[in-house]
Amino acid sequence: MSYIANTGEDRDLMLDKIGIDSIEHLWNATGVPEGNTDFASLSSGLSEYEVYTKLKKLSLQNSVELINFLGAGYYDHIIPAVVSAITSRSEFYTAYTPYQPEASQGTLQAIYEYQTAICRLTGMEVANASMYDGGTALFEAMMMAIRITGKRKAVISEAVSPIYREIIKCYSTNLDIELHEIPAGNLDSNHQNLIDIAGNDTACILVQYPNVFGSIEDWGNTVEQIHKKNTLAVCSVYPQALSILKTPAAMGFDIVTGEGQSLGLPLNFGGPYLGFMATEKKLMRKMPGRIVGRTTEKNGGDAFVLTLQAREQHIRRARAMSNICSNENLCALAAIVYLSSVGKQGMVRVGELCASKAVFAKNQILQIEGIEEVEENIPFFNEFVVSLPMDASEFVGKMINKGYAAGFPLGRYYKNRKKQLLIAVTEKRTKEEIKGLANSMEAVLK
Amino acid sequence: MKLIFEKSRSLRSGVSLPDSDVPNVNSIPESLLRDKSPELPEVSELDTVRHYTNLSRMNFGVDTNFYPLGSCTMKYNPKVHEDIAGLDGFNSLHPLLPQLRGGGALTQGALAVIYETEKFLCNLLGFDAFTMQPLAGAHGELTGVMLIAAYHKSKKQSQRKVMLIPDSAHGTNPASAAMAGFIPMEIPTDENCNTDINTLKKYLNDNLAGIMLTSPNTLGIFDEHTQQICSLVHDAGGLAYCDGANLNALIGKLKPAELGFDIMHINLHKTFATPHGGGGPGSGPVGVSEELIPFLPVSRVIKRSDGTYCLEYDHPESIGYTAPFYGNFSIILRAYAYLLTLGIDGLKNVSENAVLNANYIRESLKTFYTPATDRVCMHECVFSPTSQMLKNGIHALDIAKALIDKGIHPPTIYFPLITKEAIMIEPTETESLETLDVFIDAMKEIAENALNCPEMIKNAPESTKVCRPDETQAARHPDIVFTQ
Repeated sequence: MSYIANTGEDRDLMLDKIGIDSIEHLWNATGVPEGNTDFASLSSGLSEYEVYTKLKKLSLQNSVELINFLGAGYYDHIIPAVVSAITSRSEFYTAYTPYQPEASQGTLQAIYEYQTAICRLTGMEVANASMYDGGTALFEAMMMAIRITGKRKAVISEAVSPIYREIIKCYSTNLDIELHEIPAGNLDSNHQNLIDIAGNDTACILVQYPNVFGSIEDWGNTVEQIHKKNTLAVCSVYPQALSILKTPAAMGFDIVTGEGQSLGLPLNFGGPYLGFMATEKKLMRKMPGRIVGRTTEKNGGDAFVLTLQAREQHIRRARAMSNICSNENLCALAAIVYLSSVGKQGMVRVGELCASKAVFAKNQILQIEGIEEVEENIPFFNEFVVSLPMDASEFVGKMINKGYAAGFPLGRYYKNRKKQLLIAVTEKRTKEEIKGLANSMEAVLK
Repeated sequence: MKLIFEKSRSLRSGVSLPDSDVPNVNSIPESLLRDKSPELPEVSELDTVRHYTNLSRMNFGVDTNFYPLGSCTMKYNPKVHEDIAGLDGFNSLHPLLPQLRGGGALTQGALAVIYETEKFLCNLLGFDAFTMQPLAGAHGELTGVMLIAAYHKSKKQSQRKVMLIPDSAHGTNPASAAMAGFIPMEIPTDENCNTDINTLKKYLNDNLAGIMLTSPNTLGIFDEHTQQICSLVHDAGGLAYCDGANLNALIGKLKPAELGFDIMHINLHKTFATPHGGGGPGSGPVGVSEELIPFLPVSRVIKRSDGTYCLEYDHPESIGYTAPFYGNFSIILRAYAYLLTLGIDGLKNVSENAVLNANYIRESLKTFYTPATDRVCMHECVFSPTSQMLKNGIHALDIAKALIDKGIHPPTIYFPLITKEAIMIEPTETESLETLDVFIDAMKEIAENALNCPEMIKNAPESTKVCRPDETQAARHPDIVFTQ
């Protein structure tokens, strides 16, 4: 099955029109050389039912039945049915980039609404149409700060997701950028150290809110001091947490990015996800990525278009703000449908549920003998760290047998945290599941 | 249409969430809380559904309209792919789960999909390995040129900074090259639509990093010098990179690696029928020859001798992580379903019919518009308005807008840049002869109007809710966020 409509008769009619007597001769006329095309190892086609069955079987070889307390930047939230009902409208998902505004007002207006919602969540003034993921968005924000300041040093906290830091390191390799990593405190970002290392030669600091350990830190004073050095402050945020937390705009950040997976996207084994980026109006023309704007059309009505395209690769080529071409458009659509559906009240409610369930879970877990708090009185949203009396990697392996994905062992990325476990609790988790987690943890440690 | 924010009414709610079953206590001090809740829409579930359903109806998609957008390969996206991507066993899988039990024991099904797709692509395209990590075509380009940089560095040849790029290339090529620290140098296209070999020869020295060739090129033409170019670049110590945006013309007929390419990115959302999503998510896997394998991004999926799959991270020369995890998994999954469905025989039919359809259009329209070349094309053909049309004030843009009134999504226009007023048409293999004829007739009628009553076209489109938005105003006075 090739989903091809042409019949033998059609092909003959078309060849006749072209004036070449066979497909083979047509092919020869294209100038493509004959190759040694031994495809013997490739399978023949299967029917739709066979393909579905084969892949359904493979899907059952993944342990999705585990009760999930695993987060580390990617969270198991409730997704209202409305989201997939809209993203599976094929007028949306089988369209291309909205280069022809008359034939793409649906996509364009939805993205304008998405940009607006991102600004309302973050408190920032402008947002782009989305990027690949939270990590690449943070890298793009660093490059934007470098373009704006003309300085080539960046200071990043180790309390930023190690996954993001790896991406930033990878992309910076060939770009003559001086990247400094600042060791984290117990569960905080070590603000004084960030301020000390960020000198007048620094384009930006890069931090995360809440940080990778789940801690919520007040950045207001630090950002103020950073600004005195003509250095920009860039923050990667967890958008779900912004339902109740002080906004990054209120703390003075210049560029805000983040991973939008928590806004209505399934975990999908790593993608597609959604990077978002927001900034101040005055920095808008330095922002990378697609942007949708509202304007007027010939008959005087409102219309939406891709705008400020002079920043982009198809116009500016090697001097573009970034090489990025796509946005994660369908994911951005999912996010705006999620945010509309959950709405102002629902978003706050999700935030409160996450925060109170996480407190409940932490209290339950700290009652277990041998499990200790890493630092007292540090506020958190829906994720926290505890210290176990054993290696956390080994521990989570044992918890799998009990039916739980109990959290993320930090030792993989932080050598001095071998016994620390990062536990995420979303609104999906019930009191019963949380108690079950605590009981199983206790049983494993006995 | 009103914005969703303008439909909002205080305290209206559109979601049902579980009641709290724990004490309503959190750990966050007042000073770290928002003073005001985010001003998100307050609408009913029906409001949301109707709003976005109505917006969807203002879009053209492949499922609603013929969409011959050049170099974008807007082929049919099979529906079973969506069912498969929606399987709970795939879409609720946390990407860090492999790290909770050694080597990915908890995600064998997902790792099998990634591994088997990679192997299929290797065999189909002739490369020794693929990384599935890149999240889009341009992301694949960037990964590819970073591999070139790592390769030269390993040979202590970091002075190789010059990246040759034909003037017909997509803008992402020079932009990606710049992001990997290269200096892009433009090579002109000769009168036969091939890369100008004489100019290329001037760069064959110790500073040459490589060349980025789109094959077939953006004129829809197979560059007759492809093999020669690859070997000239190799002899000078450079590497040859293939931009696979136009791979739909070649699959199953030729393995690009055999032309001499060392690296190639492909677009699963073009050639392998995954949806474009209105501009993403895509997926841009990169294939490489053996000597570049050590530099591929981590992690790598491998198959053990006992038939199980696992993730491998220990590759000291790797360029590192270009994406957070293993790529856009659910897009890879759809492409795998497509490969399984078509098999090698089906894939051969794809390129043959894509080329046949494009040549049928080229032949049918060549006396009505000015073709960019007389050569037999591959999967797409490029025209310009005739000089009389231009004299009448009719440009590529006007022809595009007139097509919208015929219920057809316009071709790519004003690209490639080397053709003045380009109209780039890619029908794909999944369109029927009847659809092509409707398109051809529409183009003929527009051509006639362009010559005889141009005013009719200048006001197109008339059938859509908006007509020719003022893009200058949009850029001069940007309104990119709604403020009440």
